[in-house]
Amino acid sequence: MPDPLRPIPHRRFDALIIGAGGAGLNAALRLASADLRVAVVSKVFPTRSHTVAAQGGVNAALANVLPDDWHWHMFDTVKGSDYLGDQDAIEYMCREAIPTVYELEHAGVPFSRIDDGRIYQRAFGGQSQNFGGDQAARTCAAADRTGHAILHTLYQQNVRARTHFFDEYFAIDLIRDEEGAILGALVLEIETGETLVIEAKATLLATGGHGQVFRTTTNAFINTGDGMAMALRAGVPLMDMEFYQFHPTGVAGKGMLITEGARGEGGYLINGDGERFMERYAPRALDLASRDVVARSMVTEIREGRGCGPNKDHVMLRLDHLGADVVHRRLPGITDICRVFLGIDPAEQPIPVFPTAHYAMGGIPTDRFARVVAPARHGPEEIVPGLYAAGECACVSVHGANRLGGNSLLDILVFGRAAGTDILQYVAENPNHRPMRDADIEPALTRLGRWDRSGEGESVAAAKADLRKLMEDHCGVFRDDATMAEGVEKLKALRQRVEHVRLKDQSRTFNTARIEALELDNLVDVGMATLMSALHRQESRGAHSRVDYPERDDEQWMKHSLYARDGDRMDYKPVRTKPLTVESFPPKARVY
Amino acid sequence: MQISIYRYHPEQDNKPRMQTYEVEEQPGMMLREALLAIKEQDESFSFRHSCGEGVCGSDAMNVNGSNKLACITPVSELKRPIQVRPLPGRPVIRDLVVDMTQFYEQYRNVQPYLIRKEPLPEQEIRQSPEDRDKLDGLYECIMCGACSTACPSFWWNPDKFHGPQALLASWRFLADSRDQATEERLDALEGPYKLFRCHTIMNCVEVCPKGLNPTRAIGKIKDLMLEKSV
Repeated sequence: MPDPLRPIPHRRFDALIIGAGGAGLNAALRLASADLRVAVVSKVFPTRSHTVAAQGGVNAALANVLPDDWHWHMFDTVKGSDYLGDQDAIEYMCREAIPTVYELEHAGVPFSRIDDGRIYQRAFGGQSQNFGGDQAARTCAAADRTGHAILHTLYQQNVRARTHFFDEYFAIDLIRDEEGAILGALVLEIETGETLVIEAKATLLATGGHGQVFRTTTNAFINTGDGMAMALRAGVPLMDMEFYQFHPTGVAGKGMLITEGARGEGGYLINGDGERFMERYAPRALDLASRDVVARSMVTEIREGRGCGPNKDHVMLRLDHLGADVVHRRLPGITDICRVFLGIDPAEQPIPVFPTAHYAMGGIPTDRFARVVAPARHGPEEIVPGLYAAGECACVSVHGANRLGGNSLLDILVFGRAAGTDILQYVAENPNHRPMRDADIEPALTRLGRWDRSGEGESVAAAKADLRKLMEDHCGVFRDDATMAEGVEKLKALRQRVEHVRLKDQSRTFNTARIEALELDNLVDVGMATLMSALHRQESRGAHSRVDYPERDDEQWMKHSLYARDGDRMDYKPVRTKPLTVESFPPKARVY
Repeated sequence: MQISIYRYHPEQDNKPRMQTYEVEEQPGMMLREALLAIKEQDESFSFRHSCGEGVCGSDAMNVNGSNKLACITPVSELKRPIQVRPLPGRPVIRDLVVDMTQFYEQYRNVQPYLIRKEPLPEQEIRQSPEDRDKLDGLYECIMCGACSTACPSFWWNPDKFHGPQALLASWRFLADSRDQATEERLDALEGPYKLFRCHTIMNCVEVCPKGLNPTRAIGKIKDLMLEKSV
C-alpha cells in the first residue's frame, strides 16, 4: 500500500502513547501537565476505550467505611495472586492507591458518597481486614459506572492539558533500531488509510487486553491484544500469559459483565437446587472469595449436574432480597444490562451467569516504573530502551496468577502515572531523538503490506471465529495436557491458514476490514502465547487450573513464564518476593 | 429479515445509495449483531462499534428515522423493512461512519472539566450524598452524539451552537458542588448561539439511549443565568 513515490510523513514528539484507556490517559496527563509534547494514538475516540466498561470500582485503603490499611490490601493482593505477584510492585501499588484515588477525585470523578461526604467504598472479593480477618470494604465506587466516570474525567483533564490526540489511528508496529531501542511506531490513519511515522524518545504501550481471543468474553470488540502482539514482534517476550481470568458473573451465553459489586452489595449465587453453594467451597468468604475460586466452584457445580435452566448450563445470581432501592441505586448499570439483554429487573428476578473470559493477568513484562524489561545479554530483566507498558497489556506483576476485583482500575492508574513520571526523567536524560533509518521501518511496512495481497482466500471473519472457538475449547477454566497440546497443534495450523487469508476490500477510506485483519494477526500471536504458556505450566495456581496437576507446586513453579514468538520458546524468571519496606509474605495454602 | 443500509464509498460512489441485505433473525438479536452479520457477508460495509452493551457510545446511527445505539436496540422492536442511515447532519466519511469533529469541538468548548481554585485538601473534597445526587442523569453521558445530531438547531449551526451533548456536559460541571468556575462558565455561554439556539424541540430527550435529559439541563443553565443576573 505505501507508494514508493510518496514518502511516509514523519512527526516527532517527546513521548508517544499507544492506547487511550485509563493507563494511557493518566500517563498522558502527567506528561502534558509537565509541558512535554505528547502524542496519544488510539484506534477509537478516547472515551470509547474499554476502561469505560469497568463497573465496580477501584481499590484503595481509605478506611472510609470499615477500618483499613494499605498493608492489609497488600496482603490480600499477594494472597489473591496465589503468591506469583511481585511483592515490590504490589507494595508500591497498594501504597500509591490512596493518593491516586484522592487525585482522581480532585480531577472530578463523581464518586458515590457516604453521609459525611467522603467517598463510598463497597466490599469486593478477596478483601480482608487485618491480614485475613473480617471482610473489608476497599472498593471506591461511582455507582457501578466507575470505569466510565474515571475514563471521562481523565479525558476531560487531558483536554484541559492540551494533549495531542491522534483519534482513530491504528498502530501497526513499533519501530526499533539495530540496538533494540524503540524509536516510535508506524501508524495508520483509519479515515484516510494513510500511514504516518511517529518518532518519539519514549513510547508507552497502553493498549489493554485481548479478551476477543475467546468466543464468549466481557471484553469489547476492540480488545485484540494489539500492544502485546507489537511487543512480541519487537522481540519482547510476554509474561505469565497462561493466567487468564474468567469472571464468575458474565451473563450466561452472552458475556456482558455483571460486576462483582453485585455480590459486594449482598448478592449471592445459587445452583439448580436453589442451594447457596459457595458455602461449601469458601465457608468464610462465601461469594466474595477470589474470582478464580468462585469461577471454578460454579463450573464444578454445573459439571456435577447442579446447573440451572433447561440445559443445566449456568447458575443464578440473586439480588432480589436486597430491595429495589439498593439494586437500582447502587447498581443502575447492571439494572440496565438486565433490562435490555434479559428483559428482567434484577431486583425481582435472578440473573443467569457463567464464568466468562475477562482479564489478562499476564502481558508485557515491566518493572514497577513501567519500563519494559526482557531477557537479554546480562539477565532476565534488561530494560528495553525507550519502551514502556502499563495497564492490562503489561505485567508488572501485581496480579500474579489471579487478579482481585477492583485492582485493575488501580493498576492502570498507578502504573500509567508511574510510566509518565519515569518518562519525564528518561526524556530529560535522553533529550534527542535517536536516528531512524528507512530499514528500521521496513518490518512494520511489510506487516501492513501483507494485507494488500488480493486474490482468492479465506475471510478474516472465518479465521477469527475459528480462533475464538479454539481458545474457548482448549484453554478454558479447567485445563489438561491432552486438550491443550491439541489446541497448540490446531493453533499452529490456524496460524498457517492465516497466511492465506485475503482481504476483498482493498480500499483506503475507513476500511474497517483492513483493521480487523491487522487485529487478527495480533489475536493469533497472543492466543499462541496464552496456550503455549498454559501447556507448559504443570501445576495449578490462581486462574490456571490443571486437572492433571491439581496442586500448586512452589518448589518448581513459583516463577514467571516468558513466551517468545521466535520459535514459540518458553523461558522463566524468578518471582520478586522481597517488598520495598515491609516483610515478605511467604507462600501459604490459600483458603477463603 | 431485510435490512436496508445507507452505503457510500467516496472512492467508488458519486452519490449514496441504499442497499438491502437479508439477515437471519436470532432470538434476542440486537441491531449491532445484525450489522455484524452483514459485515460477514460484505466486508466493504463500514460502521463503528465496540463494547456491545451501550457504554462506549460508538454505534449511534439513524434507524427507521430515529437516532439509536445499535448494540442496545433489539431488532424485534423495529418496523420492517429496517432502514439504517448515518447520524443526520454530519458529513459522511463512508457508509454509517460520519465525521464527528464539530461535535467533539463543541464538547471541548464548554471547558468540560472540574475547575477548582482553592488549594486541594490532603484527602477527598467532601461532597454530601445529596449534592452528589445532582450529578445523576448528567455524568452518565457516553458522547454517542445521538442527541446533538437529532437537533435541528445543531444541524443549522454546528459551528456556533454547542448542542445538547455539550450543554449537558456544561451543566454537569455547573451542578457539581466541587466546581468553582460558575461565573466564567456562565459568561462563556452568553450570546445568541452557544446556549440560546436551543428552542426546546426536545428531540435530544427523545433519542438519548441513556435516558438523559439535555433539555432540562439547558433549562437549568438558563435559570441559573437569570438568577445570577438579578
